[in-house]
Amino acid sequence: MMNNPVVKWIDHRLPIITMMNKELNEYPTPRNLNYWWNFGSLAGIVLVIMILTGIILAMQYTAHVDYAFDSVERIMRDVNYGWMIRYIHANGASFFFIVVYIHIFRGLYYGSYKAPREILWMIGVLILLLMMATAFMGYVLPWGQMSFWGATVITNLFSAIPLVGDTIVTWLWGGFSVDNPTLNRFFALHYLMPFVLVGVVILHLWALHRFGSNNPIGIDAKGPQDKIPFNPYYTVKDAFGLGVFLLFFAGFVFFAPNYLGHPDNYIPANPLSTPAHIVPEWYFLPFYAILRAIPDKLGGVIAMFAAIAILFVLPWLDRSPVRSGKFRPVFRIFFWLLFIDCLILGYCGAKPAEGQWLWYSRIATFWYFLHFLVIIPLLGIMERPRTLPSSISQPVLEQPAE
Amino acid sequence: MKKFLAPALGVALTMGLVAASPSVSQAAEGVAIPSHSWSFSGPFGHYDKIQLQRGFQVYREVCAGCHGIKYIAFRNLAALGYSEDEIKAMASDYLIEDGPDDDGEMFERAGKPSDLFPDPFPNEKAAAAANGGAAPPDLSLIAKARAGGPDYTYALMIGYEDPPADFELLEGLNYNKYFPGHQIAMPSPLYEDAVTYEDGTAATIEQMSEDVTAFLMWTAEPTMEQRKETGIKVMMFLIIFTIILYIAKRKIWADIH
Repeated sequence: MMNNPVVKWIDHRLPIITMMNKELNEYPTPRNLNYWWNFGSLAGIVLVIMILTGIILAMQYTAHVDYAFDSVERIMRDVNYGWMIRYIHANGASFFFIVVYIHIFRGLYYGSYKAPREILWMIGVLILLLMMATAFMGYVLPWGQMSFWGATVITNLFSAIPLVGDTIVTWLWGGFSVDNPTLNRFFALHYLMPFVLVGVVILHLWALHRFGSNNPIGIDAKGPQDKIPFNPYYTVKDAFGLGVFLLFFAGFVFFAPNYLGHPDNYIPANPLSTPAHIVPEWYFLPFYAILRAIPDKLGGVIAMFAAIAILFVLPWLDRSPVRSGKFRPVFRIFFWLLFIDCLILGYCGAKPAEGQWLWYSRIATFWYFLHFLVIIPLLGIMERPRTLPSSISQPVLEQPAE
Repeated sequence: MKKFLAPALGVALTMGLVAASPSVSQAAEGVAIPSHSWSFSGPFGHYDKIQLQRGFQVYREVCAGCHGIKYIAFRNLAALGYSEDEIKAMASDYLIEDGPDDDGEMFERAGKPSDLFPDPFPNEKAAAAANGGAAPPDLSLIAKARAGGPDYTYALMIGYEDPPADFELLEGLNYNKYFPGHQIAMPSPLYEDAVTYEDGTAATIEQMSEDVTAFLMWTAEPTMEQRKETGIKVMMFLIIFTIILYIAKRKIWADIH
């Protein structure tokens, strides 16, 4: 293709072909990446799926409290394949979080946040925050009972801010309760944020390509024998992973499309009738549990945001020179304890905040912060890591099963 | 590298199960809802058109007095197997408010297939006033809007019984085994032979409950059959697509391992 004179002419002036060839084709990648490394590109693909289905839905959706619910039902019933587009979008949100959560835990296990990838990691945390804001506002749009009451509960959190809290909440709502102005601005922002996400994802990739991917062994490449070109090796591997992902995704979209949703959201929003239990979408449950675990409202809000903010400083909390959990026997145990802790938090988040569940979420919240603030820094000092291999290709060549 | 795939899928599944917990806990609040087998259950499930017609009859003759199905148009009944003429005739039995006409007056006319089913009450306040303060909900989406789905709708229909001796039932409410809190404003809507089925099916409470539930599942999700049929094709494509990609991956990586 580079011999085509037109392409040559363009590339000389705007070297976009050279750039794509360098970053997507030749891009040297560690030869030993396992399937946990599939979830980054997978997350990118899900973002594209969400934007495409979202734009189509926006063409049929009406952002008004009197028409929003009906317009969604119209999409489900009268728009050709509207049910499919909406179910892909609704389940896509859940699968986006599944993929991204796996991607984050992979980064935690293999120490992908460590130097020189701190900014790459921090941009990733920012992506998570933007995703959460986008998903929250998207869930409000169908204007069902959980949409309305979820929006009420979450926006009310800001009233915990001293002095200006109530003013901020009024400003967020655009009125004195969650109402039409709230729905309108949530729709505007829900349409805007994914494109901001795309921009931040480009920064994420830019930072990634500065030093290249981390790898399961966590040591730097010693030479060209440790790396292979991205294409065809990782393009075909990512494509296979995409196939497996789509099987699961299609399974939910076509055969259990409402499994991950809440039945109350098929009841139109009613400001006069509060549901027995207001539960956020499953991907917010661990944070919801942390919020409710703290007996003080402001304290709960701070703890919830701190649970994410703490990830920003993780590269400086973990002082261990070894990246990969593979060579950190004690860290590995605590990694899995943290994973279980997050599952427990998620389970508690779905239960009413009373009795035993409140205590379980308090213990799990305590453990979550203990892990990052005490255990991780201490392990960096006290743990004796196993001997690292001398290069990436050495263990790969000696143990082909890796 | 294959061995890494299993845990990845495991995690995805685990997260899916964790995700399921809210709906499970919701269902567990009252009495456990017994699961019922439906013609539309499972990936190959289909609506039974004859059953939907019977369910529609139960809706029209029993439920429609108080409950609307506002998302359903008469033309949609073609999916139940009715012919165009039958639908026209059925629609014309209803009076629909239309207008304003050229004089600015609202007027009533016979229904057309493109009309939505009219609500039994002019507004929610009127519906509440006529029903002891609780407006009967629209039933279009009811089979998706309650934990347990159609199993719950069916259970509610057959769940009316005398309250236990120590149960204090509030004035004007009725005891239902499966309703959360057991006190429901709606009195038992069905009794033996409440309708006379044209196809001769015995109209027991169980039969009518099952039929009307199937009908309400259809009103909640009329595109379900299309969804499942498309899903089967998509899954078959994806399985072949993924196998080919796996083979391609093995071939391309052969010189690396």
